[in-house]
Amino acid sequence: MNVLFFQVTLIVYLGGTIAYLIYLLSSHERAAWAGRFLLGLGFISHCLTFVLRYIEAGHTPVVNLHESLSFFAWMVVGFFLLLRYRYKIEILGAFVSPLALLLIIGAAALPKEILPLPPALRSWWLPIHVTFAFLGDAIFALAFCAGVTYLIQERLVKSKYVGALSGRLPSLEVLDEINYRALTIGFPLLTIGIVTGAVWAEYAWGSYWSWDPKETWSLITWLLYAALLHQRLIKGWRGKKAAIMAIVGFGAVLFTFLGVNLLMEGLHTYAEWFR
Amino acid sequence: MREVILVGLNYRTAPVDIRERISFQEEDLDRYLKALKGLPSLTEGFILSTCNRVEICAATGDPEKGVDEIKGFLAFQHHLPLSEFEDTLYVLHGEELVRHIFRVAASLDSMVVGEPQILGQIKGAYRTAHASRTTGTLLNKLLHKAFSVAKRVRTETSIGNRAVSVSFVAVELAKRIFANLEGREVLIVGAGEMCELAVQHLVREGVKRVLVTNRTWERAMELAERFHGEAIPFSELPNTLLRADIVISSTGSPDFVVKREEVSDIIRKRKNSPLFFIDIAVPRDIDPQVNTIDNVYLYDIDDLQEVAEANIKDRLQEARTAEAIVAIEVEKFCRWYESLELVPTIISLQEKMEKIREKELRKTLSALPQLSAKERKAMEALSEAIANKILHDPITLLKKTSLNSDREAYVDVVKKLFRLDEE
Repeated sequence: MNVLFFQVTLIVYLGGTIAYLIYLLSSHERAAWAGRFLLGLGFISHCLTFVLRYIEAGHTPVVNLHESLSFFAWMVVGFFLLLRYRYKIEILGAFVSPLALLLIIGAAALPKEILPLPPALRSWWLPIHVTFAFLGDAIFALAFCAGVTYLIQERLVKSKYVGALSGRLPSLEVLDEINYRALTIGFPLLTIGIVTGAVWAEYAWGSYWSWDPKETWSLITWLLYAALLHQRLIKGWRGKKAAIMAIVGFGAVLFTFLGVNLLMEGLHTYAEWFR
Repeated sequence: MREVILVGLNYRTAPVDIRERISFQEEDLDRYLKALKGLPSLTEGFILSTCNRVEICAATGDPEKGVDEIKGFLAFQHHLPLSEFEDTLYVLHGEELVRHIFRVAASLDSMVVGEPQILGQIKGAYRTAHASRTTGTLLNKLLHKAFSVAKRVRTETSIGNRAVSVSFVAVELAKRIFANLEGREVLIVGAGEMCELAVQHLVREGVKRVLVTNRTWERAMELAERFHGEAIPFSELPNTLLRADIVISSTGSPDFVVKREEVSDIIRKRKNSPLFFIDIAVPRDIDPQVNTIDNVYLYDIDDLQEVAEANIKDRLQEARTAEAIVAIEVEKFCRWYESLELVPTIISLQEKMEKIREKELRKTLSALPQLSAKERKAMEALSEAIANKILHDPITLLKKTSLNSDREAYVDVVKKLFRLDEE
């Protein structure tokens, strides 16, 4: 049942992505409307997927790669829909929805069976730790989208190519503000994600920190964002540099999430769960 | 059947000295409208008068006479012999007229295609005409349709949202950089007259304060007063760059007034808060190299002009889409208008039948004087029943066809079959 809803979600996101891309290229208001509607519909269907999978599995469905990718995409879309209320940034959907679509296509390609939870993960810390970690990641994903958009808009304005495309993109100031807000919200969430992970590690594995690759890369990511936050607050970094940092930071997020799981062996790798 | 006619002149057909003499003052429009409707052959009237066009639109049962009367009205009201301006007038009927009105409302017939004022002007003119009760079924429908076509064009094409003048381009660019212009400060360096329009637009967008600096202190004071701004001594220019967000420069200086090193220093002190330079001076005031600094944006007069020209090209592109929308709507409107003709067709069909019946009944009754009153009554009822039965099916069919597209053909055939046109 949850797989059915998952597939519906995938198809609806695909439609939303196409609509948003049409909007980006043609500025047809109806395309934006369709994109918004489909993304919202997909989000609802995605919520149902989770609830159903939670009920079927009996635990929070964030333990294998299929579930994690899907959870990540769900949060990215959710945050984007929230962000839309705050800023007039419909066009950002053209960057967010393809990202969410890629994540969910990745999830679709992986085995979707529900496997019994390994004993090490049987804890209330699982949803807490994973939720905070992914909340932070999803917000950084939005900062990444805003950063990419910023670089495009900045290039257009600097090179004096300010035609229709530039007119559809948000102003540089708005994009930079999204970057900053994402940083100030995402960073504490990432911190909480790491801290809850450490506390849980103490319970489960007997030590707060064991330099497992996931932990190491989380720390690298955390340091990157800490550096960006520092530069922003103290040195007044903004604009292009901050946008590039948000993109680099998100690269680290993705590597921590995917690269570590796929390429490295460690405590976070439950081999049979990812193949 | 009544018809709509239009007599007008615009910037293409008439020179400005004719346009200004023919124009109708807004405050007297009510009086003019009433005089217009008072013309014997007109039943509805509408006057649109802007600096680029004067158009009179009217409904009439006799188009030829109506046109002559409107021409006479124009000459009489403006105390101008018709011969002086008659060749600048255009007269439109039917589909051509509908297309013209739709195009004017959608700003496709404007001097600057896509400029937004014209729709407001037509709406204002219509409001006055409606209040003066000089419009009726035909003009109401036509103008309402024109407004909705204009709205459709505006939402379905981007014809109106591209800046095509240098000063508007400057404002548009500022909005690409800043989320909004409220609370921003704009600094004017130099003579300032050339940038007056840009400053006006910026102030309308919410710019908080206008700062003015000039090598001559008196001149700075004078300009500051004109823009309700603040005069700044020229020596304070570098410090002022710390607080201004938008700088418009137009000095007569042969050298750069603002140099790259200065700006990179300032931008650091501003903690990278963006700075937008608009250099409209020739020779240029601002080192073009400042554009390479992060968070600093520089546009010179050529850049602005290029953007404006590109926007004009885009607008013309959009105008093509808009013309297609207008074409569809014109067809729809004309179909509606022609459906009106159906009713008179049915009426004349019934009238013709009634005439035949009466004539034949009279003939028969006068040939049979011996009939009793009761028998006469019966004969009359019989003829009436036959006439109604014969007409019933054709009329039903005609009414039904008003919904499908071959209606014109049916109306045409019915008119020919019963020779309705000869009467």
